[in-house]
Amino acid sequence: MSATFVGMPPFPEAAHAALADTQLRTNLRHATHTIRDKRARVVEEVEDWEALRVKGARIKDDMLARLDTHLVTLEESLTARGATVHWARDAAEACAIVAEIVKAHHVDEVVKVKSMATQEIELNEALAAHGIAAWETDLAELIVQLGDDLPSHILVPAIHRNRAEIREIFRTRMAAAGRPAPDDLTDDPAALAGAARLHLREKFLRARVAISGANFAIAETGTLVVVESEGNGRMCLTLPEVLISVVGIEKVLPRFADLDTFLQLLPRSSTGERMNPYTSMWSGVTPGDGPQEVHVVLLDNGRTTVLADEVGRQALRCIRCSACLNVCPVYERTGGHAYGSVYPGPIGAILNPLMRGVGHDKQIDSLPYASSLCGRCLEVCPVMIDIPEILVHLRAKVVDAHRDGAPGAQDLAMRATSFLFSDPSRMSLAVKAAGVANRVMTPFGKRTLPGGRRALGRLPGPGAGWSDARDLPMPPRTSFRAWWKATDGGRNEPPVVGPRHTGGAG
Amino acid sequence: MSARDEILARVRSALGPPATRAGHAEPAPADPAPVPPPTGEALVELFVERVADYRAEVVRCAPDRVADAVRDGLGASASVLVPEGFPASMLGMPEGCLSVSDEALSASDLDRIDAVVTTASVGIATTGTIVLDHGAGQGRRALSLVPDRHVCVVRTDQVVAGVTAAVALLGVADPTRPLTWISGPSATSDIELDRVEGVHGPRTLVVVVVG
Repeated sequence: MSATFVGMPPFPEAAHAALADTQLRTNLRHATHTIRDKRARVVEEVEDWEALRVKGARIKDDMLARLDTHLVTLEESLTARGATVHWARDAAEACAIVAEIVKAHHVDEVVKVKSMATQEIELNEALAAHGIAAWETDLAELIVQLGDDLPSHILVPAIHRNRAEIREIFRTRMAAAGRPAPDDLTDDPAALAGAARLHLREKFLRARVAISGANFAIAETGTLVVVESEGNGRMCLTLPEVLISVVGIEKVLPRFADLDTFLQLLPRSSTGERMNPYTSMWSGVTPGDGPQEVHVVLLDNGRTTVLADEVGRQALRCIRCSACLNVCPVYERTGGHAYGSVYPGPIGAILNPLMRGVGHDKQIDSLPYASSLCGRCLEVCPVMIDIPEILVHLRAKVVDAHRDGAPGAQDLAMRATSFLFSDPSRMSLAVKAAGVANRVMTPFGKRTLPGGRRALGRLPGPGAGWSDARDLPMPPRTSFRAWWKATDGGRNEPPVVGPRHTGGAG
Repeated sequence: MSARDEILARVRSALGPPATRAGHAEPAPADPAPVPPPTGEALVELFVERVADYRAEVVRCAPDRVADAVRDGLGASASVLVPEGFPASMLGMPEGCLSVSDEALSASDLDRIDAVVTTASVGIATTGTIVLDHGAGQGRRALSLVPDRHVCVVRTDQVVAGVTAAVALLGVADPTRPLTWISGPSATSDIELDRVEGVHGPRTLVVVVVG
């Protein structure tokens, strides 16, 4: 896969392009609405859902407060069960560790279970540089990989593709990667899944090394857990001789008993099912069953930076369910690519700036603003991450990070506003000036807003960035206070018959 | 400094000294259970209904009819994998079907076998899940994965109400065994969120509920 998120434009720019793609918006609307309705139905079934959420958040918070202890315990348990534990400070170190292990086995291909951590560190690209082909085996990941495309959703990465597009990708690209698609392939989802089954089966049967992530890592038992649907996970975790799992350090859970809470929260929040079809648990090496060489790479890559941020820390509770994506009005319209990262949507808008820091990259700095702060993401989050709170916190950090440079348009506007709002006579003058502006500018109004007021199109100069995504209404002709005085609170106002505002349509 | 020491140092510096850290000393309280979970016949009925909801085939039978139910569940399979420890009394074989035992079969060998029969460790009613711990009668993990048809025998006394009870049981038994939780046949919703049964795992799952 040569596609990469590196060099993506800031969110508003990327969103602008995405919004113009009507096919994308149709696909996204259908998919996000389907899945959010399914989630709502199965969540309703659980009597004590709120208590479960509280418990999930609490287990994660307690775990994070003792993360150092739990990581050491996890390492001991894994080692005692025959696994080899590696630690990686960043993406480059993690990729180097994995590449080294794969090369030691003299193979030129590996099979992969869908894993956000390995996408985050761009492992496939790193392995390709060593001449190792990493085959994605999740259906949606396969669609993305064959299409030389980028994932746009955490759970269903090909959510932006419809069945006709998928058929075309399989028909034209499968042959180059292995077993070709059948000649008579239709766009029926069952037929497409059948083609993927045949294409991947030969890879599962011959693979000697597999790479996975983990949804949970149990410290006391050294148990890793992978939650999936298709069985590609079971294939990768069971058939090859060598298994390498890349696990973010925040995935640790202290006790096996903690799975109780998360195996209820995750499937219902994620795919909207009571339980996902397959969950695999393994603890190091089991003689005679599954891979006999097991490696676990514990990955930091910015997670300790998140941990150090007392407001942002709660983002490490995230179990990658993607419920926040499916309810987000911004995600539903722009899709995942606009966020410029493997973590899109509301969780991506906080995770990327938290993990990578703000103030050095325009793209990252734009993400905390990719939200209307409506709060739906918090409502559905199974571990109660207060995403709106963190977005506001990050906006402040972005502003702080740019304080030393020349003031931007926003700073100047805020300073002017502060000057006006701090003195009633200045405010009153400004309101009168706005009335004059209405008369002067109305002929230039490009659009009519609901209610009849005219709106300006694109503003010139520094205001352009603001007006690119919004309509700027004309200032009203008179202020409310002036109107109240002149009409005695509306009692002397003549009934409205014609256009009420200059240039308005009534 | 090694990566391990550096990451642990970063964690410690982010959190501060243990005594000053937030968090709760005690584990979180147990879930309130506003509605008592179903028991007895209602529990088994819920299990059967929820397994069937995933479009798995569910058959209930009396203990002396298990072999018949297994035979029916195997359908027209030409070969069936029988793991070590699978009770002979439960094994009903369709006419002409070859019984294969696991003698270090390779993945490709397994791919040429039509079906597998196993027992289970736990059944979960609310989620319609069966859990294999790959002990006697269940075989190593690959056996119940590669063949395209899985016939699984669950006793009614193995069925518990919810995930909580299942995790508690498995935790007491031996949580370090490999565990496979199965809820219906292999499925995907990756294409327009349409659920399609049957991708890589067994495309047909038959659950025989005994008792």
